[in-house]
Amino acid sequence: MNGPQDMGGMMGFGPIAPEANEPVFHAPWERRALAISLAMSGTRQWNIDMSRHAREKIPPAQYWSLSYYEIWMEGLKRLLTERGLLDGPSKKLSVLEAANVAPALAKGSPYSRATEAKPLFKIGERVKVRNLHPGGHTRLPGYLRGAAGEIVLYHKAHVFPDSNAQGAGENPQHLYAVRFKARDVFGADTDDELQADLFEPYLEAP
Amino acid sequence: MPHDGHDHDEHSELSPIALRVKALESLLVEKGYVDPTALDVLIDTYETKIGPRNGAKVVAKAWTDPAYAKWLKEDATQAIASLGFTGRQGEHMVALFNTPDIHNMVVCTLCSCYPWPVLGLPPVWYKSPPYRSRAVIDPRGVLAEFGVTLPETTKVSVWDSTAEIRYLVVPMRPANSEGLSEDELAGLVNRDSMIGTRLAGKAA
Repeated sequence: MNGPQDMGGMMGFGPIAPEANEPVFHAPWERRALAISLAMSGTRQWNIDMSRHAREKIPPAQYWSLSYYEIWMEGLKRLLTERGLLDGPSKKLSVLEAANVAPALAKGSPYSRATEAKPLFKIGERVKVRNLHPGGHTRLPGYLRGAAGEIVLYHKAHVFPDSNAQGAGENPQHLYAVRFKARDVFGADTDDELQADLFEPYLEAP
Repeated sequence: MPHDGHDHDEHSELSPIALRVKALESLLVEKGYVDPTALDVLIDTYETKIGPRNGAKVVAKAWTDPAYAKWLKEDATQAIASLGFTGRQGEHMVALFNTPDIHNMVVCTLCSCYPWPVLGLPPVWYKSPPYRSRAVIDPRGVLAEFGVTLPETTKVSVWDSTAEIRYLVVPMRPANSEGLSEDELAGLVNRDSMIGTRLAGKAA
């Protein structure tokens, strides 16, 4: 969706202001916010794409006024509410136990998947980004729409976020790193370049 | 559970968001959805165990061991796993090697994708609108804010982490670092140099 998260190329947000000797957390509640978010994702009531989409659906004025972990908490509240997990009787969920934290984190959740479809593009080939404006979740940043670039890495097939966020299945799609000239995308007066990881359905022949 | 057993007066010291998070945690514990001990382990993991020292070890090894550097270039996921760094938010790794000709820099314009097993949790600036918006359109301006000015002959190459691939920048080895041990070299690798917003050789 053309939501507040899609901010590549926007202007006016001010200086970056990196903080010297920055602590991992800036308040005790941030620790708890991270932990309950990770623990709830361990119950598998939603996937990573659903949780990203829940945050993206926060209205722009609100999203941009919230700190990072405030956005996480607003997203978590929406996920829990949508699934009726806050009200009414408790449901039986698979709970992340303390002894399982280290093994679960070390294992992670690989997103590569097998597919029988042959990749349409190969490394070195020119491609163009389709002019897509889906109302649901997507990982195509708006600033790349219509841009022409070159495939530089092929990551094999991965879970397709646009489907996975809708609960429409993993629908694996081939994933490529595509290189663009900053000159072509932003009119830059340099030879600098940009790459993004783009799923095959975002791309077409130039 | 560390947040139990306080009297109500302490609530008056908490901000509205802190109160909301506390209430939500209590509800989730009460419903049996989260194990409070697991929450403490999660926090301890990312506050004290997993951080940019991991990535610094990868970089220092790549600087000193050409066979490792080659492996890292060809299969970063496995090369990094061989040092014990695997898992959540680092399932699919790619290493980007900076050279005098090319300076790589990583961003996630759409959220905050970041290679947790090697760098830990991202700093606030990495996940905030100023960096996410500007890294792609004005990377040299961003670098200047970090005190980095590159020659015009060095191409800046920005990687937007839009899928589940996570990128680790291998900064250039600082000049005059010959003869240093791998551990000493790791001490020259600051976090931001592995994101690509600084050079190695300075304290983070």
